[in-house]
Amino acid sequence: MAIALEGANPLGPSGNLPRRKRVDRAMRASATGAALLAVAVLIIVIASIVGKGASALSLDFFTKAPPLDGAGGGILPEIVGTGLIVGLATAFALPIGILIALFLNEFASPRVAYPIRLALDLLNGLPSIVIAVFVYGLLVIGSGQKGVDGSIALAIIMVPLIARSTQEVLRLVPQSQRDASLALGMSRWRTTLGIVLPACLSGIITGAVLAIARAAGETAPLLLTTSFFNPNQGTTANLFGQAIPNIPMEIFTQLDQASPADHARAWGSALVLVALILLVSVTARVLLARSRRKMQR
Amino acid sequence: MRVSTQTVTAPGAISGNRGRADRYGDRALLGITALASLLVVAVIAFIIYQLIDGAEMSMSTFGIAFVGHDIWNPVLNNQNGVFGAAAFLYGTAVTSAMALLIGGPIGIAIGLFLSLLAPRRVGAVIGPLVELIAAIPSVVLGLWGVLVLAPAMRTTIQPAIHDVFGWIPLFGSPSLTGLGLFTAGTILTIMVIPIIASISRELFLSVPKELQEGALALGATRWEMVRGVVLASTRPGLAATLILGLSRALGEAIAVLQVDGGGSSSSISANIFGSGDTLAARIANAFQSPTSTLESSSLFYLAVILLVLGLGTNLAAQLIVRRTTLGNQGAH
Repeated sequence: MAIALEGANPLGPSGNLPRRKRVDRAMRASATGAALLAVAVLIIVIASIVGKGASALSLDFFTKAPPLDGAGGGILPEIVGTGLIVGLATAFALPIGILIALFLNEFASPRVAYPIRLALDLLNGLPSIVIAVFVYGLLVIGSGQKGVDGSIALAIIMVPLIARSTQEVLRLVPQSQRDASLALGMSRWRTTLGIVLPACLSGIITGAVLAIARAAGETAPLLLTTSFFNPNQGTTANLFGQAIPNIPMEIFTQLDQASPADHARAWGSALVLVALILLVSVTARVLLARSRRKMQR
Repeated sequence: MRVSTQTVTAPGAISGNRGRADRYGDRALLGITALASLLVVAVIAFIIYQLIDGAEMSMSTFGIAFVGHDIWNPVLNNQNGVFGAAAFLYGTAVTSAMALLIGGPIGIAIGLFLSLLAPRRVGAVIGPLVELIAAIPSVVLGLWGVLVLAPAMRTTIQPAIHDVFGWIPLFGSPSLTGLGLFTAGTILTIMVIPIIASISRELFLSVPKELQEGALALGATRWEMVRGVVLASTRPGLAATLILGLSRALGEAIAVLQVDGGGSSSSISANIFGSGDTLAARIANAFQSPTSTLESSSLFYLAVILLVLGLGTNLAAQLIVRRTTLGNQGAH
């Protein structure tokens, strides 16, 4: 940002109006240009994913396992695996995230809440590879990779996201509703679970769905926790016994292969993953905006 | 009358049973939510402990000099291996700096556009589109980087830059594969733009409208108003925003690993078109198949460095935000 375009006092008179107007127009044009550039990048990336991935899609792609050699086959085990790993991660992260948000918003004094908010922000800012190394050192060393290890790593990533989005909707519940419930003799915990939580349930769920969309694309944690699997094991639900195939790892490993058929499957997998994530997050965003409007009314 | 107070729960006539249940209920809910919150603090402490514990062997072998030397070779020193982080620190610094230098201004400009310049309807379309960039998984961005961006880098972009700026050592001979630190930096730029754009947009929206209108009423042009009022009053917040973008760029492992062209060897070269490796990418690359316990421990050491950088950048951003919001409250 060329902040020093003019003299030291931007609001002072310079007397050169045409020049000031030219600068103004140039800066506004470049801000617009930056926004258009970002949109262009998005379009280029999405267009390549769709263009190169669409040809890989077929019924087989969704219903068959990857071939042991050559082309053909599909990514059914990977789709199921991603669903299972992320599902279990959500089962871990959702209750914890909601409880944290309740504590921060309903119970904690500012002095107690500050260090916990800070811890949440720090956890949110940690590189996912660091969380992956942590889970690897904690669970994978010694006992080998398991699907559940991946779920735990993803859950650590999801908790701060869910806690934050839940706090935001909790803040929208009018204090008067809590006061009314307490004044009627309801206890604190009944008020919280019976009045406050139901009032913002839809907001909590959309926040959780956004966290799921984020976790579904995470690759670094899965690389260390659930990436070595037997290629002929096919579709499995055994999260607690072995590593589970998943879409991000499929993209990652197929890219390392030299053959165009493998690259085609990587593009196809990428298209499935991106379509899933975009669909989920766009729907969630629309719902979130709607429920916010409803609550603010 | 004991029976009726239990069935008909009239206010003010709560039975002893119900009162006790509520007392326990209150305590239980407070306890369980507090426990969940403590869990977050515990996890962070446990992460720090676990990583340092894993790195202990490497730390006692190489000490702090690990950070300063650039050899990562498992067979040197009688097959014991010699490991150092300098090459990865260099790769991390180059790619993150590139992301911040290019992505920072673009992200802030988008934030300005969305908050102050764009008509509401245009902003309502472009804002979410920019945020969608952040929703693309890094592994997919890396795939695109290898198969689409890298060929373009090799044939067009890097030769063009080399022709014009080749006299600067940074822009040496173009990469033969199109992969390398420059390509990795480009991918990171794409990743930090939506983050910086969306935080700075919120920041600009928080600038009081009266101040902006005051400047315009005094005859300032729109850009002069932006510079003198909006940017001037959000400077600390912008610094925090850039630090958060930096923190994102530092820690990205997968996409960088895919496009940085770094193999098993590592070296520091001034030419940013060349291949390289970052801390995060090297951890992701080598963690599965370390050749020795010392290499494994050295990878934990790299993770400790990354952890320190991650915690440091985020703490700095939080402190800036906290200090400025407190300062603002004091001023009112």
